[in-house]
Amino acid sequence: MIISADLLINALVAGLLLGCFYAAVTVGISISFGILDIVNIAHPAFIILGSYIAYIVNTRLGIDPIVVSIVMLPVFYALGALVYQVYYESFERRGREALSGLAFFFGVLFVTEVVLIIVFGVDYRYVEASYIGPTLRFGFVDLPLRMLVPCVAALILFAALQLFLTRTFMGRAIMAVAQDQLALQLMAASPTRIKRMAFAISIATCSVAGALLIIIQPIEPSVGREYIGRVFAICVLGGLGSLPGTLIAAILLGVMESLTATFSGPSWAPAVSFGFLLLTLAFRPMGLFGR
Amino acid sequence: MRTWVFFLICVAVGAVVFALARLIQNDYVFYAGYVVLQFIVLATAWNILGGYTGYVNFGSAAFFAAGAYTSVFFHKFYPLPIPVLIVLGAIVSGLIGLGMGYLTLRLRGAFFAIATLALAVVLQTLIVNWNYVGGARGAYVIRPESVPLIGNYINYLFLIMLALAVIAITIARAIERSQLGYGFATIRDDELAAEASGVPTLKLKLVATTLSGALMGMAGAPFPYYIGYLQPASAFALDYAVNSIAMPMIGGTSSWIGPLIGAILVATLQQWATVSISSELSLLIVGLLLVAFVIIAPNGIVGLVQDRLRRGKAK
Amino acid sequence: MAEPLLHVAGLSKRFGGFVALENIDFAVAEGERVGLIGPNGSGKSTLVNCICGTLTNETGSVRFNGETVDGLITHERTRRGLARSFQLPRPFVTLTVAQNLRVPLLYTVNARPGPSLSAADIDVRCAELLRLVALDGKADKYPRDLTQVEMRKLELARAMAAEPKLLLADEAMAGLSQSEVDDIVGLLIRLNERGITIVLIEHIMRAVMKFSQRLVVLVSGRKIADGKPDAVIRDPEVEKAYLGQ
Repeated sequence: MIISADLLINALVAGLLLGCFYAAVTVGISISFGILDIVNIAHPAFIILGSYIAYIVNTRLGIDPIVVSIVMLPVFYALGALVYQVYYESFERRGREALSGLAFFFGVLFVTEVVLIIVFGVDYRYVEASYIGPTLRFGFVDLPLRMLVPCVAALILFAALQLFLTRTFMGRAIMAVAQDQLALQLMAASPTRIKRMAFAISIATCSVAGALLIIIQPIEPSVGREYIGRVFAICVLGGLGSLPGTLIAAILLGVMESLTATFSGPSWAPAVSFGFLLLTLAFRPMGLFGR
Repeated sequence: MRTWVFFLICVAVGAVVFALARLIQNDYVFYAGYVVLQFIVLATAWNILGGYTGYVNFGSAAFFAAGAYTSVFFHKFYPLPIPVLIVLGAIVSGLIGLGMGYLTLRLRGAFFAIATLALAVVLQTLIVNWNYVGGARGAYVIRPESVPLIGNYINYLFLIMLALAVIAITIARAIERSQLGYGFATIRDDELAAEASGVPTLKLKLVATTLSGALMGMAGAPFPYYIGYLQPASAFALDYAVNSIAMPMIGGTSSWIGPLIGAILVATLQQWATVSISSELSLLIVGLLLVAFVIIAPNGIVGLVQDRLRRGKAK
Repeated sequence: MAEPLLHVAGLSKRFGGFVALENIDFAVAEGERVGLIGPNGSGKSTLVNCICGTLTNETGSVRFNGETVDGLITHERTRRGLARSFQLPRPFVTLTVAQNLRVPLLYTVNARPGPSLSAADIDVRCAELLRLVALDGKADKYPRDLTQVEMRKLELARAMAAEPKLLLADEAMAGLSQSEVDDIVGLLIRLNERGITIVLIEHIMRAVMKFSQRLVVLVSGRKIADGKPDAVIRDPEVEKAYLGQ
C-alpha cells in the first residue's frame, strides 16, 4: 500500500489538533485522579453536560459556545464542589472508596447519560459558530478551523492550569495535598477544603472541554462513554499527576487515532485508545513520565 | 447445610417455579422470566469478583457478549446443542477473564476497574469489525421450533437459564463457606495483610476473575437463541454493566442472597417499568437506585435486614 | 559457626531520588532477641518491608534459613517461616477475631509440606493463640469492637498463627500505657522462649532495653551501631543521632 505524503501529513496534523483537544478533556482527570486519587469515571458525563448546555444556549440565543462555557465555569465549579462533598461524606471518610466510590461514579455516569437521552433523545446535536466550516490551507495541509480553534483554546486552558498549580499558593497547596496531608494540616490548611477545591476545578474544566467537544464533532448522549478510555489512557500513559506528561500523551494518542482512522478506517478508532490503555496498564503503569 | 443438600433444595425450588410457569400458559412469563434468571447469574457472577474479593468489574458486557458470540461463531460453523455452547462460552469468557486478570491484577483495584471498561470497548470494536459473526450488521440465529420432551423452545431456554441460576448460586454459596471464601475476604479487607498471612493473593484473584468471567459467559451463551438476531449494540449494551453492579449492590454484596434478591427485585422492576413507562426510564430508575443505595445503604438490602436483626437482638 | 537465620547483605532501597536504605548488613542468629531502633524516617519499616518482600530492594540480598529469598513474593516468604506484624494494625475487618487467626493457619501452616491440620486442629490452635494473648473472651467479636491494645495483640497473634521461625514485630507498642507495654514485652519474651527468633522494631527505649540481647541502630537509612544494648546506647554516634533530632 502506497502511503501518500499529503495524506500522511494531514493525518498527523489532524492528530496533533485532536491531541491538544484531548489534553483539555483529560486535564480534569489529571487533577482528580492523578493528584487526588479519586477515580471519577463520571468525568466524561460532565463534559457531555457541558456540551449540551453549550448547545442549548447556542441554539436559543446564538451565543458562541466557548463564551457560554466560560460563563458556566462557576456553575460547574459549584457542581464539582457538591459532588466532592457527597463523595467525601459517603465514601472517603468511611474508607469505602474502593468499591462504593467507584460504583457511585459509575451510577452518576449512567444516570447522566440516561437523563440526557430522555431530555434530548439520541439524535446528534451540533452548534453554529463562525469558525465551524472554513478551513485554512497551507499548500496541501488542511487546518479546519473547527479543529484549530478548540486546539488553541485547549492549550490556553492547559497553560492556565499549569501556571495555577505551579505558581499560586492554592495551586501548590493542591499539589502538596497529594503528597503529604499531615504537613498541610500542620500548616493550618484544611486538606478537605483543598481537595474539594481541586475536584471542583477538575469539574469546571468540563464546562470548557464540553464546549470544545461540540465544536469538533456533533454529540449524542453515549459519546461520553467513548471518552472514558481515552481520558484514562492519556492520564495513565502521561504519568499520574504530571500535567506536561498528560499533554504529550494526549498528542500521542490523538496522532495514533488519526493515523488509524485515516489508514484502517474509523470503525477501528475506539480500539486504539482502549487498547493503548490496556497495554500501558499491563506493561508500564507508571506511564512515560510518572513519578 | 451441606452444599449438595442446598443444591437439591434449589433444584426442587426450580422445578416448582418451572411447573408454575407452565401452568400459567403465557409465553410472556417465560420471556420475562428468562431475563430475570439471566440477571441472577450475572449478578451472582459479578459478586464473586466484586463483593467477595473487592475488585470492581465495569465490563460485564464483555464477558456476556463473549459467551453470546461464541455461540454465534459455532452456530455458523455447525449448530451445537445449547448445553455444549454454554460450556464453550464459559471456557472462552473464562480465558478472557484469566488473561485480563493476568495483565492487570498486579495493579491497584482502581486500575483493574478502568481496564475492564477498556476491555469491553476493545472487544466490541473487534466484533464490529469481524464479518464472520456478522459485524455491525448483526447475525441471525434461527432457533428450532420445538424441543423433544419440553416442547415450546422458549420454555426450553427458560429451563436452561433456571439451571444456570441454580448452579451459579450453589457455587457462590459453596465459595463463601470454603477456604477460598476466606481468602477472597482477606483480599477484600486488606490485601497487604493477606499476603503477609500467607494468602497467595494473585492466584486467588485470578481464580475469581476466571470464575466470574466464565459464569457470565455461560449466561451469554443462550442469548442469541433467545433474541434471534444478535447485534453488537445489544450484546454489549451498557445496561448489562450497570445491572451487574446495581443488583448485587442493592441486594447486598456480602453473601449469595444479595445478588439473588437484587436481581429479582431490579429485573422485575425493570420489566414492569419498560412495559408501563419506557425502557429509558426503567434504566434511569436502576441508575438512581444504585447511587442511592451506595450512598445510604452500602451493605444493601441484606445489610439493612442484618442491622435490624442485630438491633432486635441487642434489645 | 552456624549460618544466621536471617542474613541481609548490602541491601539498598531507593524511592525515586530518595535513598531510604543504603548498604545494610544485618544478621540475626536463631533464637536471638534483636532490637532495631532509629529515629522516625530512618528506614526501619522500609527494611522490614524489603525483608518480607513487600518492597523490592535494588541491591543486596536476603537469605533466610539457608535459602536466598530474593524474588520470592511475600506469601512465599511467610510460608517459609518469616512473619511480620504491621506497625498500624491491619486486621481483616469483616472477619471475627477467631477467623482472623484461621487465615494464617489455613494458608500458611496448611500450605507447608507435611500433613495438613484438620478443622478440629485449627480450632484448637486458634483457641490456644487467643489464650496466649488473653483474647479468648473476644473470639467472636469483630476487630472494630476491640481496644487499641487488643488490636495490637490480635496483630501479633495473627503473625504468630503462621508459626514462624522469625517474627519481625514492627512498632507493636506505640501509644500503649506502661503496663500494656510490659504486657507485650512479656508476651514476646515468652514466645522467644518457645523458640521463635524475634526482631523488635521499636521506639520505646524501656521495652527495647528489657527485651533485646542485641541492639541495632538505623539512622537515615544507614546502620550505625550493632552490638550489646548497654554498649550501643553509650556509643557517641548513637547519642548524637538521637540528641541531634
